[in-house]
Amino acid sequence: MASVSTDRLPAQRLALVDLLDRVLAGGVVITGEITLSVADVDLVTISLRALLASSGALAGDAGRAGDPYG
Amino acid sequence: MMTVTDSPGIWVYAIVDAGDGLTLPKVAGVAGAEVRTAPLGSVTSAGLTAVVSDADLAEFGEDALRAHLEDLDWLAAVAQEHHGVIEAVAQLGTVLPMRLATVYASEASMRAALTGSEPGLRAAMGRLRSRTEWGVKGYVAQPKVPAGGTVPEDSADAGAGMAYLRRRRDALSAQRESWRGASDGAQAAHAELARHCAASRLHPPQSPQLSGRKEAMVLNGAYLLDNDRAAEFSAAVAALNDSDPRLRLELTGPWPPYSFTAADA
Repeated sequence: MASVSTDRLPAQRLALVDLLDRVLAGGVVITGEITLSVADVDLVTISLRALLASSGALAGDAGRAGDPYG
Repeated sequence: MMTVTDSPGIWVYAIVDAGDGLTLPKVAGVAGAEVRTAPLGSVTSAGLTAVVSDADLAEFGEDALRAHLEDLDWLAAVAQEHHGVIEAVAQLGTVLPMRLATVYASEASMRAALTGSEPGLRAAMGRLRSRTEWGVKGYVAQPKVPAGGTVPEDSADAGAGMAYLRRRRDALSAQRESWRGASDGAQAAHAELARHCAASRLHPPQSPQLSGRKEAMVLNGAYLLDNDRAAEFSAAVAALNDSDPRLRLELTGPWPPYSFTAADA
């Protein structure tokens, strides 16, 4: 029974975006004499967004991106 | 102004309990560095051990890191290397993953910082023992596109523009409806899945630009499961997927417990 379910919902290959969700927003954060801990996740995601926007990746999705539920 | 020094920084991957055994699997660290263990070493903390490697501060120091983190290729490579070590170490027993890019200027400063946090680290270790993280992502199911004939084609010239606008408006409205339905379904699914697990957490929906997915994401959940409940959980995800046509669920994992290292998770 469980094997049927597993067949129908295979755990996916590791996707970068799933990994980034976790390594950038999860994990132990300890303040102290750290040169840098990415404590401020927003900083990174904003950077990524800027990077992606500037790469032109958004152009093809402009129609969908404008949807009211976005 | 920092003193210029040749001594490398320390990249920390995870905390483990020496009681689980410390024979590290063969795995390269960030930038191919050799991975080793560094006992935290205070008298009261016998057992807690950091998994670390040297990290060249020219590449992994604060300024360099800030610049590198904007580079998606660099970030992807480093994230995979960090994860690779954590996953390998997880084979030994309970692992407490560190957030990406936890870098100390020296092993001494790493020891000082982590030793001061031991009670919290121990408590987290206890919560995570014999448990594994799984992910469930939910997307708006692709709506059944109504047959083209449902919107009557206006034959009059003046009607063509109006017909276009109407179709466009109808399409947008249908999309909004699909999203609402899927969102409702996602809330219910999350509540149901949470019943099977020790803890759950919602990550923000992923950006379509990063995920490459066209469908809107309505659920990005993380679930901490007792190891012996993984099959039951997978079956629950499948059942929810079958029962709600508005929603499409995908299971990911098993993951090291990244999402559950904080006390409030």
